[in-house]
Amino acid sequence: MTKAASWAIMILGILYFVLPLWGMVEFSLSMRRGVYSFDAYTAVLSDPQFRQTFSYSVLMALLTILFGILLVVPTAFWVQLKLPRLRPLIEFITLMPLVIPAIVTVFGYIRLYNTSSWLPLTGTTLGTNFLLVMGYATLSLPYMYRAVDTGLRSIDVATLTEAAQSLGAGWVRIIGQIILPNVLVAVLSGSFVTFAIVMGEFTMAALLNRPAFGPYLQLMGANKAYEPFALATIAFVITWACMGLIQLVTRFTKHTKAGR
Amino acid sequence: MADLPPVKRRISLTWLGLLPFIAFIVLFLALPTMKIVIGAFQRPDGSFTLSNLAGLFTPTILGSYWISIKISLASSAIGCLVGFLMAAGMVLGGLPKAIRSPLLTFSGVASNFAGVPLAFAFLATLGPLGLVTMFLRHEFGINLRAMGFNILSFWGLTITYLFFQIPLMILIITPALDGLKREWREAASCLGASGAQYWRIVALPILFPTILGTFALLFANAFGAVATAIALTGSSLNIVPIMLFAQIRGDVLGDPHLGYAMAFGMILVTGLANVIYILLRMRSERWLK
Repeated sequence: MTKAASWAIMILGILYFVLPLWGMVEFSLSMRRGVYSFDAYTAVLSDPQFRQTFSYSVLMALLTILFGILLVVPTAFWVQLKLPRLRPLIEFITLMPLVIPAIVTVFGYIRLYNTSSWLPLTGTTLGTNFLLVMGYATLSLPYMYRAVDTGLRSIDVATLTEAAQSLGAGWVRIIGQIILPNVLVAVLSGSFVTFAIVMGEFTMAALLNRPAFGPYLQLMGANKAYEPFALATIAFVITWACMGLIQLVTRFTKHTKAGR
Repeated sequence: MADLPPVKRRISLTWLGLLPFIAFIVLFLALPTMKIVIGAFQRPDGSFTLSNLAGLFTPTILGSYWISIKISLASSAIGCLVGFLMAAGMVLGGLPKAIRSPLLTFSGVASNFAGVPLAFAFLATLGPLGLVTMFLRHEFGINLRAMGFNILSFWGLTITYLFFQIPLMILIITPALDGLKREWREAASCLGASGAQYWRIVALPILFPTILGTFALLFANAFGAVATAIALTGSSLNIVPIMLFAQIRGDVLGDPHLGYAMAFGMILVTGLANVIYILLRMRSERWLK
């Protein structure tokens, strides 16, 4: 490939990526005729429904992250320590949510856990919220598991465990106080991806009828002129911030390692 | 499992550590999927039948699958091509090194920036009052609408999907391009091969499994995308995810088991695409390690 051709395709590509973002931001700023203003943002931020759906999604994201850590860290640790032969299988299973579309999974939830089934989770608000967190945990499983597994591979799990055991530590203590701090960066990366996924998720929340940020975005898009673009900009900034934080924690730990 | 005798318990203690994970997977991934797959072959009274699947072969549903497949094919083919060219320009085209890190980071963000906000971004750009639409009309007198372009259409959706397809291709193909060894190029030119010959005979055959595999992955990615499509087109374009969404929401087809069949069809398509991806991935790793 010649240099000129490389530049041409790169510039065209970047133009394609910048224009929609530019268009989105421009639109979100042009609520007042003739001048740029933050009117759309003010309108959005003062909407009680925005605050409710946004904080609902934040809460769901935090619960999903908490559940994800409690599920994935001990599992990946156990596979690494005791069942290394099962690793390809477990890894394959964790990738399945990328194969089965979210809309199919949530359809299965609705049919399996409806009010007339053996486990009527959708019958109560608490049950539906629980189901939604499980759904989000499924969606983020590929990213969470990969991150933690990679983190675990870079430390000597067997030696750490033996050392802790000979000092009399139990499993909970080993995982909580020895393993977890050692893979904290990996866990944080997984958590930020999970946060970004949950904040923007639409399908599951909409089909389970939960008041999350994604369905609210869609509703606003159908009913308002400028506010949706302010919301989309906010959503993009959140995604961007999550990815930025991943880079930041990764870089931060590289420094601490180099300093030793 | 709680009432196993103590002796057996000691033996199975190792895999018991995976019990929470297994329980989670069974309850929230395996059983729901199986419910869909089995439901696709069941009558409402529980007896088995193939009539649900036969119900897929109505013009409306078949048409929706066809549009979905076309959009997925178009967006993954163009996504692969553009992503490949951008990555090749970055890795081999002599562009400044400084471009690499921002482009990869941006690709990470953009490949996660799907869903409703993405639809809004494109509405603000190529919609009736969008940035580019207005610019073209005022500066060049080009009326996209009169030329038959509509963001709520096959091409509108395809162009929108490219926003997460191209970055995904860049993310996957960059390591593969990094894996092309200098020696291969040197050996080829020692034997008198031109640049084009090197690409046609050496590099592309090596990269081919990765490219084709990624194509399959992008296809599945586009096929399962729901939120972007719904936010962009409402229900004006009958693609499979939108039909299924409407079916789950309001049972519009009047037959819940047809919904199972549609969902089963989606699993079949994305599953097949992913099997192709995995097989080709294993093939390509032979060369690129």
